[in-house]
Amino acid sequence: MSLVNFTINGISMQAEPGATILECAKSAGIHIPTLCHLNLHDTKMVNQVGTCRVCMVEVEGRRNLAPACNTAVAEGMAVRTDSVKAIKARRKVVELLLSNHPKDCLVCARNQNCELQSLAAELSIRRVRYDGKRNNFPWDTSSYSLVRDPNKCVLCRRCETMCNKVQSVGVYSAVNRGFETVIGTAFDEPMLDTVCTFCGQCVSVCPTGALTQVDNTWAVWDAINNPDKFVIVQTAPAVRAALGEEFGMPVGSLVTGKMASALRLLGFDKVYDTDFAADLTIMEEAHEFIERVKNGGTLPILTSCCPAWVKFIEHQFPELLDIPSTCKSPHEMFGAVAKTHLAGKLGVDPANMVVVSVMPCLAKKYEASRPELALESSPYVDYVITTRELGAMIREAGVRFASLPDGEFDSAMGESTGASVIFGATGGVIEAALRTAYAWLTGEKPADVEFTALRGIKGIKEATYNIAGTDFKIAVASGLGNARELLERVRDNPDEYHAIEIMACPGGCVSGGGQPYHGNDPETYAKRAEAIYSEDRAKALRYSHENPEVIALYEEFLGEPGSHRAHELLHTEYTKRTV
Amino acid sequence: MPVADTDMAAKLAELDAYIDSLPTKEGKLITVLHKAQDIIGYLPFDAQHHIARRLGVPSSKVYGVVTFYSFFNIKPKGKYKIACCMGTACFVRGAQAIVDEFKKRLSVETGEATKDMLFSLDTIRCVGACGLAPVISVNGKIYGRVAPDDVNKIIEEYMAKDGGSVG
Ligand code: SF4
Ligand code: SF4
Ligand code: SF4
Ligand code: FES
Repeated sequence: MSLVNFTINGISMQAEPGATILECAKSAGIHIPTLCHLNLHDTKMVNQVGTCRVCMVEVEGRRNLAPACNTAVAEGMAVRTDSVKAIKARRKVVELLLSNHPKDCLVCARNQNCELQSLAAELSIRRVRYDGKRNNFPWDTSSYSLVRDPNKCVLCRRCETMCNKVQSVGVYSAVNRGFETVIGTAFDEPMLDTVCTFCGQCVSVCPTGALTQVDNTWAVWDAINNPDKFVIVQTAPAVRAALGEEFGMPVGSLVTGKMASALRLLGFDKVYDTDFAADLTIMEEAHEFIERVKNGGTLPILTSCCPAWVKFIEHQFPELLDIPSTCKSPHEMFGAVAKTHLAGKLGVDPANMVVVSVMPCLAKKYEASRPELALESSPYVDYVITTRELGAMIREAGVRFASLPDGEFDSAMGESTGASVIFGATGGVIEAALRTAYAWLTGEKPADVEFTALRGIKGIKEATYNIAGTDFKIAVASGLGNARELLERVRDNPDEYHAIEIMACPGGCVSGGGQPYHGNDPETYAKRAEAIYSEDRAKALRYSHENPEVIALYEEFLGEPGSHRAHELLHTEYTKRTV
Repeated sequence: MPVADTDMAAKLAELDAYIDSLPTKEGKLITVLHKAQDIIGYLPFDAQHHIARRLGVPSSKVYGVVTFYSFFNIKPKGKYKIACCMGTACFVRGAQAIVDEFKKRLSVETGEATKDMLFSLDTIRCVGACGLAPVISVNGKIYGRVAPDDVNKIIEEYMAKDGGSVG
């Protein structure tokens, strides 16, 4: 197809037909402000509704300004992004948005990290000339994971696109019309009662403080400062690949050692690693997989580390609940072992032990409240905070993160292998399981420890591996829309796959709902994943079953993988739910 | 009278038969909602949820559509449907006071029906009779230049037709 010729601000340009003014301007280094627009192409997150009108530009010969984000360039078009008319129009749009917006910036969870606030700064808005009616909607604080404040909503519909199109969950819809329009749930139900999986992806894409996480930092500070409590902390694999961003470090910085040092400075009594528990998960999951293969059990086996994914299958495919592995997620395994075994070793009364999980994830906050994941009535994991919340605590404590020396995790539950850290990227859990399953089934290690065909941000990946004479067909999905597609295949064709990994977040936990905001940059996830794989490559041990602390835990306490005690503590059950 | 459960089950069965008769379910949400409102008289949450499951669309979408179009009713309507115009002309001539008076006299909120299902009260946008503002209508019959004092008279007019008393 022939290219289109046009000019932007007098610069002659060419582009494929269908390219938008916004894309072309960007490639020429011309910035046009946007708000509703978001294109994270690899994840299928494309919000191009053109409703906010923040991106208005002048097109010569047209009476009306055009939204750059969803106007295609055309032959001979002359665009001005910098004319007074365009600048004034954009300012007016932002002023109008602000006229129905609580001006709470100083005490807002998104202060200094809000796209509306940045726009107001970028366009030098100094006063709001329109004093319109203001909405007064109630907050939704029903869930353990996220808070909705519809008064801060700018109706960009990003959350709706994410939840309905990318995740295929369908929690949100525009409700009512005109001034009363609000992005709400079915029948205005509280989030806790909806089909929400708490993946938090809507929070990740919301440009304002309308969707934020439940903040547990004060509960954690209180526990740390309570002399009767013994407070231990664990950190998920994906956190170390993103925490640095909270302190201005480049995307993709690996900050494992600094993170351990910072946690010690915050006052945790012990600093452990969820990676240890990820290795433990592989022991149980690889064992379960081999048992199912040998004894004609249900196949495929589905990984169960992602609580959002678990809630999704409980609601959407309740008839398939015998497929997921019964393994708890790694941080829940950690909590269970900590309170039933580690506490005794440390001479701490389990009732006084507080387990804090630092996770890239909002769903883990909800997961910790699931009644079956508790010792009597006290949860195995007491508090879950996100990467962003840990960043906030480190800032509150005045720690200069970037200049911290590298620290170490405490032993007994701090050692980990390269197989565990890759849990943070899509494909990593099944790769780690295959490494160990291969070794156990054949008695030797695979020629290549890296199962690279299962890596990368592609929504659904498939590969077949021959292990001990049998072909195993493996599939990986990330993003719940892709998970739905894969599960429909499994439902209609139960014999096709042997093992499947699913993560709710597109790209896996590196792009979790609790990670630092991605700044609308589609490269962010790949860079974090690369940081994770570099940590794997740097590890001396790259097979979960070689983790010496895991081996010791089985010798001292658990017995064998799949033992009675392992089942009691490390495995769980699922609940049928409805849509 | 609130619709009894068995009654509702029969109505949903009738709706299901209609849905099954459609050549495709795709893009039929609004058509089905219309049919449901014809059969049930309004669109309670249960019915919306039922439709969502039958059509395989999220309940949130159904609710979004129902709340967007003013001709869909979430609450049952009374035998006599009172609609108060809240267009600009009516509004500046005291439409709010009329609505408030109806609310007080009938003990209902806007969008609701009286317990005996005789009256329901709604606000609507400009009906195009601005010269007569403030305007209300009862089952389509227009009353112009209404004053709060007239409200009781209008209510009584319909009660007399029905031989009941306010409550
Ligand atoms: S948390 Fe996930 S499932 Fe829940 S509303 Fe947000 S995007 Fe949808
Ligand atoms: S809640 Fe956030 S993402 Fe959703 S429409 Fe409102 S501002 Fe946009
Ligand atoms: S993919 Fe990871 S971050 Fe996302 S919901 Fe699942 S466990 Fe949480
Ligand atoms: S960014 Fe273009 S209309 Fe919102």
